[in-house]
Amino acid sequence: MTNNNISEDKNKHLGKIDLHAELIETGVEQVLIDLDKSLIGLEPVKTRIRETAALLLVEKAREKLGLAHETPTLHMSFSGNPGTGKTTVALRMAELLHKLGYVRKGHLVTVTRDDLVGQYIGHTAPKTKEVLKKAMGGVLFIDEAYYLYRPENERDYGQEAIEILLQVMENNRDDLVVILAGYKNRMNTFFESNPGFRSRIAHHIEFPDYSTPELLDIGSSMLDQLNYYLTKSAKDAFIEYINLRKEQPHFANARSIRNALDRARLRQANRLFKENNGPVNAEILSTLEEVDIRESRVFSGGIDN
Amino acid sequence: MKLRQGTFSFLPDLTDAEIHTQVQYCIDNGWAVSVEYTDDPHPRNTYWEMWGHPMFDNPDAAAVVFEVNECRKQFGDYYIRVIAFDSTHGWESIKLSFIVNRPKDEPGFHVSREEVKGRSMRYSIKSYATDKPEGKRY
Repeated sequence: MTNNNISEDKNKHLGKIDLHAELIETGVEQVLIDLDKSLIGLEPVKTRIRETAALLLVEKAREKLGLAHETPTLHMSFSGNPGTGKTTVALRMAELLHKLGYVRKGHLVTVTRDDLVGQYIGHTAPKTKEVLKKAMGGVLFIDEAYYLYRPENERDYGQEAIEILLQVMENNRDDLVVILAGYKNRMNTFFESNPGFRSRIAHHIEFPDYSTPELLDIGSSMLDQLNYYLTKSAKDAFIEYINLRKEQPHFANARSIRNALDRARLRQANRLFKENNGPVNAEILSTLEEVDIRESRVFSGGIDN
Repeated sequence: MKLRQGTFSFLPDLTDAEIHTQVQYCIDNGWAVSVEYTDDPHPRNTYWEMWGHPMFDNPDAAAVVFEVNECRKQFGDYYIRVIAFDSTHGWESIKLSFIVNRPKDEPGFHVSREEVKGRSMRYSIKSYATDKPEGKRY
């Protein structure tokens, strides 16, 4: 009997797991490839996600082979300027964690301060709990998390929401993953004044700003999806536009690009009506010319949104 | 005397993991799950006190197990049940109901017999626990 046990134990440790096969089988590989393809730039973010996925996969393999393992803390913080893809990556993260088996459902619940903090005494706790329950089995994404903490108002109910959050993050670690997001500087101040959060969050991921070529790529792929394209001269004008726009205040990376392109489409439509050159074909309808870009206020020193 | 009401009542008490599995089955069927409690075990006591609202939009059962445990903290010595409502008929009807918490000590029921006309007998039952006022029974 004893002998049997020993040999069984040995077998357990001698068992082999093909990590690469596991990667493909769980569908994680596909998510990572999609992430690579559909998200332009963001190299440090992608590297961190790959590393996290590798760690989680190794943990699963260790569990299968009967080695000591512990569910790692998966709560994360995403910091970066607006429009750098934090929400998009959070969505992918939920999918990834679901495929790896760390969250059961893999849905993403996006909330801000308003959804968590109540307006009068006794309102906050049920509200926060309601949101947490909705997010169980998935990922809770708290956008602009630093608004939860308002040190200037000592009667603010944000602190209550923070306490409930921390408690659930600790006690229900298997049930949900919390991702906090926001601008870098303000997130740092937030963590400094709430040390409980810093220690409960294992992964701090920073989202860098996009470079001009990356923004151009992003713009092109947005247009591609809408069946539009830029002429050669329009492309040059657009590069110029991006460089000018980046220097202006309230630049929101990919979001500003989307807005600029929306306005360019508006001007193109307007131009087609004004020119009135008889019937139009698909080619004309999907071409954005240089003038459509050049008409922007940015070129005359104004500010776009 | 162990109270036998609802589904699974002749099985040993369900563990949290088992409750989770059952509730997940309900949610996957599109039923709204709710937690209720009472200290009046009479079988005709259909309407128990609600512990919060029925949970219509939680995709995962962990939320229900969480609420069951919250309810146990406050009403540990009460009967607590989980019920699942199906609304596909256009009204909420109960599809599944099972007890997830019971008092440590269940005194059982007294059967009272009343002789009526001729040799007929009328029976009724009454829980020993309900001799005491509400809130002080267990």
